[in-house]
Amino acid sequence: MGSMEMGFDLNVDFVQLLSPSGEISKAASASAKDIDRLVRFYRAMTRTRTFDNKAISLQRTGQLGTFASALGQEAIGIGTAAAMEERDVLVPSYRDHAAQFSRGMSMSECLLYWGGDERGSDFKHARGDFPNCVPVATQAPHAVGAAYALMMRKEDRVVVTFIGDGGTSNGAFYEALNMAGVWKTPVVVIINNNGWAISTPRELESAAETLAQKAVAAGVEGRQVDGNDVIAVHEVVRRAIEKARSGGGPTLIEALTYRLGDHTTADDASRYRDPEIVRAQWTREPIARLRSYLVSEGAWSKEQEAELLKACAEEVDREVAAYLNASPLSSDAMFDHLYAKLPDSMQWQLEDARRFAERKEHGDV
Amino acid sequence: MSEITLVEAVNLALARAMNEDDEVLLLGEDIGVNGGVFRATNGLQARFGRARVIDTPLAEGGIAGVAVGMAAMGLKPVAEIQFSGFIYPAIDQIINHASRLRNRTRGRMTCPMVLRSPCGAGIHAPEHHSESPEAMFAHMPGLRVVAPSSPARAYGLLLAAVRDPDPVIFLEPTRLYRLFREEVADDGVELPLDACFMLREGADATVVTWGAMVPETLAAAEKLEEEGVTIEVIDVATLKPLDIETILRSVEKTGRCVIVHEAPRTAGFGAEIAAEIAERALYSLLAPIKRVTGYDVVVPLAKLERQYMPSVDRIIDGVRQVMEAS
Ligand SMILES: Cc1ncc(C[n+]2csc(CCOP(=O)(O)OP(=O)(O)O)c2C)c(N)n1
Ligand SMILES: [Mg+2]
Repeated sequence: MGSMEMGFDLNVDFVQLLSPSGEISKAASASAKDIDRLVRFYRAMTRTRTFDNKAISLQRTGQLGTFASALGQEAIGIGTAAAMEERDVLVPSYRDHAAQFSRGMSMSECLLYWGGDERGSDFKHARGDFPNCVPVATQAPHAVGAAYALMMRKEDRVVVTFIGDGGTSNGAFYEALNMAGVWKTPVVVIINNNGWAISTPRELESAAETLAQKAVAAGVEGRQVDGNDVIAVHEVVRRAIEKARSGGGPTLIEALTYRLGDHTTADDASRYRDPEIVRAQWTREPIARLRSYLVSEGAWSKEQEAELLKACAEEVDREVAAYLNASPLSSDAMFDHLYAKLPDSMQWQLEDARRFAERKEHGDV
Repeated sequence: MSEITLVEAVNLALARAMNEDDEVLLLGEDIGVNGGVFRATNGLQARFGRARVIDTPLAEGGIAGVAVGMAAMGLKPVAEIQFSGFIYPAIDQIINHASRLRNRTRGRMTCPMVLRSPCGAGIHAPEHHSESPEAMFAHMPGLRVVAPSSPARAYGLLLAAVRDPDPVIFLEPTRLYRLFREEVADDGVELPLDACFMLREGADATVVTWGAMVPETLAAAEKLEEEGVTIEVIDVATLKPLDIETILRSVEKTGRCVIVHEAPRTAGFGAEIAAEIAERALYSLLAPIKRVTGYDVVVPLAKLERQYMPSVDRIIDGVRQVMEAS
């Protein structure tokens, strides 16, 4: 800065370590290829996918509210969570249960949330993580503020947040990134670029060639990674976290993936996108990709696969049962956590709600 | 004539307005190919083209702001905010610009825009999808605020809103989108933006309501009639400017008033109506005014939304209270 003549070379790299057909890149370090870790990634992604299938069928049978599946995007959450320390803070969007499960949110908590029960956001584990965030992009400034708090208290913790491709069109995203750049907060912002914001394709969201380059205007490093390559996601996020932890400031990571399912169970993607494109994208999805690598390394067998699927199904069934058997909510729950203490002037409202909750004919039209 | 739902009536009115005026255009998230998440704009992009039905980037503040710019240039933008829980960033543009552009420029520039948004609870939607923000907008000078409660009223009021020379906030109760059908003639006839609708006449009490609470109130009226109590039901679909005269006339006749709304009680629009009645018709009252509203809580997720929203039962209870008071 200061010179009369200035230019700027935009540089956004793209990292892929595992090709869609499962071949490992020469650039992959020995530690990136650690087979035990990759098997753990494979198990975790499969676990998320098993859950998603079940959640959708629960919704279809009237046992769950609207649900946003992570189908095809599992590698982003799993690779990211594995790069975080337990003490770090996750500030999620609403499609990040892959990462949340790795961080200890239970499947039954996830189901409670989407089943219309606030208790789903009162995590038993990962109690420092933020709850889901539905108003798109509003979580981005929270992540920067949380990171500022950690920085101010000199805590050895970083914040990781997710946002969708659509979310990066929103002012809150730009404002947050800008502040992160100015203050050098220890935050990693990960864009899940799944190609769609409901029916709005990526090209109608932004004329920029990449979303990662949005970092440039904020003075922040921006990188792209193959979001269906869990090895690359883990590597790129791990480096960004190391940088943040050592005082190097924020990073914006655009993870390129594809939303293989509907936006949510309330959506019907066949109205606006060609099923042929989706079929083609199935050849790039993260789980089959890693499986073919593990198989080629002799690290994964048919028997292990069958055992894994069985274990996942059993876990999901247990968690679904816990969800369905959750104690009923009383009308008091609306008032319980409104304030630290319910103002005396509101007590009559709580009692009024109780009075009607007990009545049978408390129906609607 | 055919029987259509409220959301179909919105679609019909938008198509009519676009057909009769080339300067009407629509903008919002997912309103084009997808036809809006509730299908309110279904088929309109195919019919009127991408220049007049714009799938915007995900930016509510931006949507409202560009609508202000378009309107200032004389276009008639009808912007959709996908759910009213996401309308808050748009409020900056509405309160600081849309509502006062005419006033600031002494009439040199105007803002003939409509901001449409689904609102309200009761459809088991996720977090932040069940808000009732009408009182916030009614508090802003220079705006019109409308909340239709039937297909025919949605059609006539939306046409009027698009044709109106000033900014209109048009809140569509999601629970009514497909709750029932009604005959709607696509005749281009608008409804007045400053008159209450008297939906049912009665002698014993006046029940004033709007939006999703209208069908509940009408159902309560049926049940009360079986008990021999007849109520007058007034739909305040045009909240602002408020047609208080119709309400006062009714209260002067019945002597009792119950106000029903889904939004939280404190500083809800019912408070405004109650204050007007207290100022101007107090001596006609046989009983204190009663409000039946959402509680002063964050609108709960699906499991408890029924406990939050005023029910037929709560409305009947409210009417009984004013009946018993005198
Ligand atoms: C501020 C805001 N506007 C609109 C919505 C409705 N909505 C929910 S998800 C979504 C699309 C988000 O797309 P993207 O950011 O790409 O995330 P994805 O769902 O694809 O993961 C929209 C418009 C919302 N939740 N919040
Ligand atoms: Mg997306």
